[in-house]
Amino acid sequence: MKKVYSRPASLKQAPFHYCPGCGHSIIHRLVAELIDEMSLRGKAICIPPAGCAVLAYNYFDIDVCESAHGRGCAVATGFKRAQPDRFVFTYQGDGDMAAIGTAETIHAANRGELITSIFVNNAVYGMTGGQMAPTTMLGQKTTTSPYGRRPKIEGYPLLITNLIAQLNGAAYVVRTSLATPAKIMATKKALKKAFEIQLEGLGYTLVEVLSPCPTNWKMTPVEAFRYLEERMEKEYPLGVFKDITKD
Amino acid sequence: MKGTDAIGEAAIQAGCRCYFGYPITPQNEVPEYMSRRMDEVGGVFLQGESEIASINMVLGAAASGVRAMTSSSSPGISLKQEGLSFIASLELPAVIVNINRGGPGLGNIAPSQGDYYQATRGGGHGDYRMPVYAPASVQELYDITMKAFDIADMYRTPVMILGDGMMGQIVEPIVMHKRADIELPPKDYILNGAEGRPSRIVKSLILDVRLMEEHNWKLKRKYDLMRNELPMHEEFMLDDARMVVVAYGTAARIAKGAVKRVRSDGLKVGLLRPITLWPFPDQAFANLSKKAKLILVFEMSTGQMIDDVRLATQGRIECEFYGRPGGVVAAPQEIARIIERHWLQRELS
Repeated sequence: MKKVYSRPASLKQAPFHYCPGCGHSIIHRLVAELIDEMSLRGKAICIPPAGCAVLAYNYFDIDVCESAHGRGCAVATGFKRAQPDRFVFTYQGDGDMAAIGTAETIHAANRGELITSIFVNNAVYGMTGGQMAPTTMLGQKTTTSPYGRRPKIEGYPLLITNLIAQLNGAAYVVRTSLATPAKIMATKKALKKAFEIQLEGLGYTLVEVLSPCPTNWKMTPVEAFRYLEERMEKEYPLGVFKDITKD
Repeated sequence: MKGTDAIGEAAIQAGCRCYFGYPITPQNEVPEYMSRRMDEVGGVFLQGESEIASINMVLGAAASGVRAMTSSSSPGISLKQEGLSFIASLELPAVIVNINRGGPGLGNIAPSQGDYYQATRGGGHGDYRMPVYAPASVQELYDITMKAFDIADMYRTPVMILGDGMMGQIVEPIVMHKRADIELPPKDYILNGAEGRPSRIVKSLILDVRLMEEHNWKLKRKYDLMRNELPMHEEFMLDDARMVVVAYGTAARIAKGAVKRVRSDGLKVGLLRPITLWPFPDQAFANLSKKAKLILVFEMSTGQMIDDVRLATQGRIECEFYGRPGGVVAAPQEIARIIERHWLQRELS
């Protein structure tokens, strides 16, 4: 019988701790598949965030260095500058990327650091229990915006990906979603392109992935995937915001 | 050679090939020097967007197996504390230079020793220590900077060099020598891609409290080893001294001038200069002769190192304190007058 589906070699034999319906497991798998397909295991260094995905080192069978909350792009800069021939990527959440680590993110992008950031946007602080994130949408209720996010009080959601697309150092900036199998495959394609651009040394690459958090959204996984497509994708339009191989 | 340049050149000679930093006075000559030299030796110089980013870049380079350093001054060192705590827990080697300025707050850019507590008590969160060296001449800045990289690799720890604006700006002739050839442990922890070996993890998140306790005790055993092996101090005219002045860094230079002055008047006064502030040279205090009846601690602060002096002497010798905080640099005459007053007050003759 022909084997058509198996665990990527770059994923350890460990069950994911992520909640049912969480997007991290899907993204982990996509990344691991690409590391296998592109033969990157021997040169890959992953910088996970402080957040749910801090435990990425329990799953990825590659070299992993933890960073403090928000400092991923600075740590990745240190790695890449010290070892320019390695493949370095950060894996970050919305709080990590767009609140506490905004400066590190924007400046690494602007310097054109040859790293890839995988930015998982689920519009809440997941690990700490569903507090308001920089990407929480207007009207969205969280444990620290119980009346729904109000622009006059909590300000507006930060579309950091759109911001980064304006920077000269950024080579490839894209937003994808996990809402449907087709979009998941498009996410993999975007990740592959980002990895290739890093390896070619063209500039900073960023893949924002809209991802469901059923636990903190207080939804079933099915409801969460529907909300992802019907609500989040409206606020965070999918698309390629910069691609220097095309522009 | 200027103090800041001596730090930079010693780092280059020690094989430091990654420098990350952010401008802040009075230490800007260090990054300026490094920006020129790193290019010449094919190393990395990068001006980070903040001290926070810079220390985290150091972390990444250190985990790559490259000798890495950063430098800053007091407010900037405060910003680096998070990263220092991580580097200590991750057991990565790194050298951090603090050219201490007047504080607290924005303070001023004059020489100060107000950061003693921050430097020797960890500074960042969690139960860690870090070797802290306080050079008192340009030659010593050069020698100790070179040594700091070996200590960092030997114990896999951040190492701090604590100077001040005076140490950074002073110009003195020095002898540049090659790095001592010493055996260092293999860097079997570095992350450079899992090619032909199992993947590695560099992490400090240990959710199991038992394992975290184990990690803390492991660090403690390392710190105990440092306490035994690292203390350094200088003794000046201590043999017959009835009064011992204790000072470090710039304050020690001033105190030495004062000791020479009062000696010419026949006062039997000596100087004990701690070179390592952590681990503190406790043994040097235990070894003080019974002739020593009074210790005068002089600091360019309101009194921080005096706590360690009291711990080291355990009440066996009376301690007095004289301090000039906030960036004031006392002249040797001023310290000589203080010494003389205590001498007469206590009838030490």
